[in-house]
Amino acid sequence: MKDIPPGLETLEYAFPGQRPAGDFAPVLVGVVGSGNLEVLVEPAPGSDCSIRVETSARGFGTIWEAVVRDFHARHPLAGVRVSINDMGATPAVVSLRLDQAISELST
Amino acid sequence: MNPKVSYAECSARERLQRLLDPGSFHEWLPPAERLTSPHLAQLGVPSSFDDGVAIGRATLAGRPVFVAAQEGQFMGGGVGEVHGAKLVGLLRRAVRDRPHAVLLLAESGGVRLHEANAGLIAVSEVMRAVLDVRAAGIPVVVLIGGSNGCFGGMGIVARCADRVVMSDVGRLAMSGPEVIEASHGVDEFDARDRALVWRTTGGKHRWLTGDCDALVEDDVAAFRAAAIASLDASAPVTLDALEAEHALLARRLALLAQDATEDDAVALWARLGVADAARVSDLDVHEVRELRPA
Repeated sequence: MKDIPPGLETLEYAFPGQRPAGDFAPVLVGVVGSGNLEVLVEPAPGSDCSIRVETSARGFGTIWEAVVRDFHARHPLAGVRVSINDMGATPAVVSLRLDQAISELST
Repeated sequence: MNPKVSYAECSARERLQRLLDPGSFHEWLPPAERLTSPHLAQLGVPSSFDDGVAIGRATLAGRPVFVAAQEGQFMGGGVGEVHGAKLVGLLRRAVRDRPHAVLLLAESGGVRLHEANAGLIAVSEVMRAVLDVRAAGIPVVVLIGGSNGCFGGMGIVARCADRVVMSDVGRLAMSGPEVIEASHGVDEFDARDRALVWRTTGGKHRWLTGDCDALVEDDVAAFRAAAIASLDASAPVTLDALEAEHALLARRLALLAQDATEDDAVALWARLGVADAARVSDLDVHEVRELRPA
């Protein structure tokens, strides 16, 4: 943990999407509270699914990568931008919030 | 009939969705605008896309209202620079556009300490803006029922409004329990004594002393009904009203001048003329509603 600078850690991922999300109103789920996170999903140009995470729990990049990779395998959306503010949510909570955002997007 | 939905357990956005006319909420500066705190990231604290408050216009029972909802889970609903500016902007716009009323769904520990001075200035601006809205003849209604209560600067803001609606689980005060214990010692106030906390800050207490105008169950539908009933509650801010309030507070202080053998809150209720004061904590909301002295 020593080489990680103090403050927030920013993580960015991008996956080539397969299912165009089309145009939709931005969706926000969750709250930035202890052990919780907020997820904002917006339409984006291009065919990628980009994911940006800002988290107060530093040093968990490997786990984040696994969680968002699983998410993209479940929902291979194209043309979306996912932005996350995290306050130490567990991987299970992150996955549930991501799925919740996608389910609200399709209603 | 729909099942009861706990107001305390809803997020700020769920409250907006359920309290206002369905689908009527139009948000200003929504999360996608990313109007976040300029201070928190420097301290290693995550920001929120809406800085912990959603503001906008909506209709309530068909009438146009402006509304703000604070998210208690984000920084305890603390008022930072951007959060406060959103509240002030909403209130100033109300003076210009003249909605039927302004609703503040308050849930806040007060000033966000991370943004100390900016937050303090923001809260004082909110107070001034609330009074400007009232002076324009538009009622400001504060709803309090979140688990973080309404404390500090937001406690003062609430008492600047025309009308305060609370649930029994809601809490309203200036200094919070932990603050009182930290500054005056555990003998003065034991912040871990939950019953004491609610006896001195909770909705039932505020109802019995006249500090809130409606006491409701912890139910979003009950809050909605009380908000609708408050739409015409405009009370002009006059010198007479202010002096009457001062006189009321002076009488209340005098009632507590003599030492109480029982608990201070129970003694105050009894001396205010509340029948069954000792049983208040055990009574249901509808029973406590009947106990308020005329």
